[in-house]
Amino acid sequence: MVSDPTKTQERTATPTRTNGNRRQDGRSLKDARPVLALSPERIEPVSGWGKSAASTSHVYRPATIEGLRGLFRLARRSGLTVGFRGTGNSYGDAAQNGENILVSLSRMNRILGWDPVSGVIRVEPGVTVERLWQYVLGDGWWPPVVTGTMRITIGGGAAMNVHGKNAWKMGPIGDHILAFDLLLPSGEIVTCSRENNRDLFFAAIGGFGMLGCFTSLTMQMKRVHSGLLQVDALATRNLPEMMAYFERHLDDSDYLVGWIDAFPGEKHLGRGQIHRAVYLPPGADPDPAGTLRLEAQQIPQTMMGFFPKLWLPTFMRPFYNNLGWRMVCAAKYMASRTLEGLEGKQYREPHAHFHFLLDAIPFNNVYGPGGMIQYQAFIPHTAAEATFSRLLALQQEAGLPNYLSVLKRHRPDPFLMTHGLDGYSLAMDFHITGRNRARVVKLAREMDDIVLAAGGRFYFAKDSTLRPEVVQAYLGADTITQFQALKQRCDPDGLVETNLWRRLFT
Amino acid sequence: MSSGVVPAARPLEKQPKAIVVGASSGIGAALALELARQGVWVAALARREAALAALSAQAEELTGEKRILPYVHDVTDFEAIPALFQTITRELDGLDLIVYVAGIQPSVGPDEYDFAKDQAMMQVNVLGAMAWLNLAAARFTRTGRGHIVGISSISGDRGRRGFPGYHTSKSALNTYLESLRNRLTQHGVHVTTIKPGFVQTALLENAGNTFWVITPEQAATQIRQAVEKKKQTVYVPGRWRWVLLIIQHIPSFIFRRMNF
Repeated sequence: MVSDPTKTQERTATPTRTNGNRRQDGRSLKDARPVLALSPERIEPVSGWGKSAASTSHVYRPATIEGLRGLFRLARRSGLTVGFRGTGNSYGDAAQNGENILVSLSRMNRILGWDPVSGVIRVEPGVTVERLWQYVLGDGWWPPVVTGTMRITIGGGAAMNVHGKNAWKMGPIGDHILAFDLLLPSGEIVTCSRENNRDLFFAAIGGFGMLGCFTSLTMQMKRVHSGLLQVDALATRNLPEMMAYFERHLDDSDYLVGWIDAFPGEKHLGRGQIHRAVYLPPGADPDPAGTLRLEAQQIPQTMMGFFPKLWLPTFMRPFYNNLGWRMVCAAKYMASRTLEGLEGKQYREPHAHFHFLLDAIPFNNVYGPGGMIQYQAFIPHTAAEATFSRLLALQQEAGLPNYLSVLKRHRPDPFLMTHGLDGYSLAMDFHITGRNRARVVKLAREMDDIVLAAGGRFYFAKDSTLRPEVVQAYLGADTITQFQALKQRCDPDGLVETNLWRRLFT
Repeated sequence: MSSGVVPAARPLEKQPKAIVVGASSGIGAALALELARQGVWVAALARREAALAALSAQAEELTGEKRILPYVHDVTDFEAIPALFQTITRELDGLDLIVYVAGIQPSVGPDEYDFAKDQAMMQVNVLGAMAWLNLAAARFTRTGRGHIVGISSISGDRGRRGFPGYHTSKSALNTYLESLRNRLTQHGVHVTTIKPGFVQTALLENAGNTFWVITPEQAATQIRQAVEKKKQTVYVPGRWRWVLLIIQHIPSFIFRRMNF
């Protein structure tokens, strides 16, 4: 159904463009409307977090809403489109707009308002999760949803509707956004909430930046009574065991995340390690004022007390092949099995240590020049175990075992373009080299078919390999029509685009 | 906005992109086709719309895809070039290689000193190259990759008596390309100077006695190979290297008495 190569060609031969500005054969510039040539000084190479998707853009970094409006005008004069980028932590091409204008929002990073009594904060889109948690923690608050890296921006996080290790309980970040201002390409600002402009509220969150640019976002933080989490770490011998543990502990956990060793097969298929955490209730921490201080949250720069984490990528490079990484994963599993065991080991850990593994170990930097991609499949809970087992087995058969799999539990949410469902997601990192590139593309297509057959969904923040047919299949034609209509309303001239949009929706 | 011709970029499926300036006939047309056959998306620029359209159609026949995108352009329309460069890189969705082929060689009599002809040659053969390749150089410097190719000539190696303006233009192009190479190597950008001998093209009509004539297709294949190998200076065909080595070392008291 989805692996028909002719479809792509048909699509490109007769593009469904909204702005009608099509190139005609042999057109000289004199025939076209005059185009303003931008200075080459703004040209920058841009890549996704996985470093496998790269492009070249005219990159601008406005600091104000007026600056943003000016860039929309510049785009119209130069015949280019505008894409938005936070800190560029989407793995693939979601925060890229190759050969066009790319607006980095990292300079629009002011905190506009904070109420330590109600825990409501209003921020500009370029404020990072790092800045956010550090700002609110001292008052006894923590962002209700954080990602595996704290370097993402709130604007980018809202556009991709990111989730954390508590997605089944707290949903995606959008569930905690109370309101936002959206700047349309016309220059108009629309305020959206669950009461006002509801359709835009539920479409712009998770709308991967296609409807306009967030200029401010209001969010509810979560009360915490300690800077520490009560963590339970344990080894699990296979996927069924891991998922049974998840199901048993959905109600009494605040965070659940599983790591899977993707190399062994058969009865060891899906063996791994679980980290489960709960917030400490009031009174459990003898020194909450102390643990809520930033100093108590510092992510250690060394491993096992002596090994500098910055050296890790260099040190690990010889292991970035199937044999080497199989050994690393086996060692990690054995260590967990020995030190934590099947019964688990309990300890208390600062929030920042528990959440921001990707900042402690920069997984995207160890893979060499080809980079990596992540393939994250979301599967309804009844089909999850069988589907993930098939995916893992398929990768092993293809000689392309993933190097890092992370299991999370999710819940449905009300956002139009959502990836959320009542089920599980397995996020899998694949090392990309010049030699395996084509095979990974083929594998991803085979996995797409399996995921679709299981009623699964995908996530634009992670994607590098999806095709329009697959997105249509999982989102449904109605949803896409609805989104396209909203886009037409917000952006009638088709001024806002990204590489991901062009790849999947035009 | 995509071109509606080049498929949307897919992160793991690299599609090389090239600009060929001066592509309606001869080496440029052959090279555009050669690149298209190798899976490159090519923006082909020339003045003659009909010839470009035919070339584009030929590429579609050969590859099954519209791999050659035609752009009508006169390289002496210098002011239009920055905007056109921007439009083309957007419509191609990227740029890996730029080849400047455009060149003219009007017939010049033995005692003719026609400034208009010299000016035209300098504009097309040199200034057009600078206008296009400067833009590519600025871009590639920032992206840290890319390949610039200039089609010069064996005529640039020595100022012979036949065509003062033409020799000057090609020697200027050689020096310009060498300077670019010396500037850009540190940024990871490659610059290749191609020095063809006699190639069966329109320029040959005014070239006088010729030998070792090759077809544009043969030249294009050799140029493509030189680009793949990231060569610096290549004679096409290669044996001209030895002939020119000798010619370059002929002392002036002999050279100025030679009848070629």
